[in-house]
Amino acid sequence: MNLGYYPGCSLHGTSDDYQQSLKACFGALGVSLTELDDWICCGATAAHMLNRKLSIALPARNLALAVRQGCDELVAPCSMCSMQLKKAQRAMVQDAALAEEMATIVEAKPGATRVLNLIDVFERVGLEAIKTAVKAPLKDLKVACYYGCLLTRPPEVVEFDDCEQPESMDRIVEALGATAVAWNYKTECCGAGMTMANEETVLELSHKILADAAAHGAQCVAVACPMCHVNLDMKQAAIEARYGTKYGMTIYYLCDLVGLALGLTPRALGIDRHFAGRNA
Amino acid sequence: MKIPTQGDSIALLESLSQTKFADCYQCGKCTAGCPRSAHMDKMPNQLVRLLQLGQVDAALGSDAIWQCVSCETCTTRCPKKVDCAAVMDALRQVSYERGLTSKQQAAVVLFQKAFLDSVRRNGRVNEVEMIAQYKIEGFAAMRRLGFLFDGALLAPQLQMHRKLHLIGEKVRDRDLVRRIFARCMEVKE
Repeated sequence: MNLGYYPGCSLHGTSDDYQQSLKACFGALGVSLTELDDWICCGATAAHMLNRKLSIALPARNLALAVRQGCDELVAPCSMCSMQLKKAQRAMVQDAALAEEMATIVEAKPGATRVLNLIDVFERVGLEAIKTAVKAPLKDLKVACYYGCLLTRPPEVVEFDDCEQPESMDRIVEALGATAVAWNYKTECCGAGMTMANEETVLELSHKILADAAAHGAQCVAVACPMCHVNLDMKQAAIEARYGTKYGMTIYYLCDLVGLALGLTPRALGIDRHFAGRNA
Repeated sequence: MKIPTQGDSIALLESLSQTKFADCYQCGKCTAGCPRSAHMDKMPNQLVRLLQLGQVDAALGSDAIWQCVSCETCTTRCPKKVDCAAVMDALRQVSYERGLTSKQQAAVVLFQKAFLDSVRRNGRVNEVEMIAQYKIEGFAAMRRLGFLFDGALLAPQLQMHRKLHLIGEKVRDRDLVRRIFARCMEVKE
């Protein structure tokens, strides 16, 4: 299976361990990626906070590139990127005048390219196929599957899983032989893009997530978003210092866990580049 | 330049957020689910109420709009399909464009501005360049020496985990990126 690939700035920057992991994992599952040529930033929080038009135009430019490059399906492993791409698409479908204006602004016509998140790709491969490919079952591993905000919200935009009680990641983790724990903070916010601008917010919100995961017996947390990973992993030492606790919680990208179960090494998946936890 | 009336501002905010403020019946579900409400000077439902009453300046000047983390929980749970998260965005955009943000909110605004400036120049975010601009402009606005060094200890750690990329990426068609920015950010009225 070959899919288009929109990495977004994070996966080519601080979170390139996520890209390393997903490429190794997809490779083992027979999924190849063709990176969208000359893609630009989706605008993220900055664009939708300060200029609505720009928050539609930047994704629209990438959707137009996808059409030009014959890409029908585009994997965007960052929840912010995939949500922004889908939100722009929906806005243009609902408003023909806006679609025309965008075609003028970005000098090309965006199309109906299907945008996929990380979990979509695993579902496309199929749970049964993943189960069959497992070489090193993750038995005895208790995982808190953390979905965060934008994988499932806003539901009309992302049209993915249940927005209050999502289960898709839990099913994948269980297919690997691990146990997905029941817990309360699956879809609570980690503080997202406030990592630098309002660190106190991130420490408070991410602390609650780690505390609830630990209270429900999780030994690690699985995420499918680079910002969630930054806040729970890179900021974990600061959270522990701020709240006088010790979690030592490993934060895995979902593809880390799939890769480990497929027999890939932590090093091949970039897990040695994480900050927190025993395996880091 | 024409000074916008309250009516103009309401129409602009409704257009930016694609929301009719009158639709809200003040059930408070947005506020109940908001992870930041404890730190807000006005609750999300109160902001919408202010807009229903035409009190635009009070809404634009609130600190709450800069506390919002855009988690979209309010929008998701609203029984009347009021896009509360988009209302927050609309208030922030207009507040920013009219220069109403206070010194207290400078960090959030300047970070987002540094992010967009980096994208405008390169087509993608250059983390080092963005942080440098944010630190310089933030220090100039806040005059707090510690601000310059907040988080500086993370740099050697990032290096250790092979996550520090000093040379950022640039797209080829940067002229087009600049044209897109110019077309989106042209001053209205």
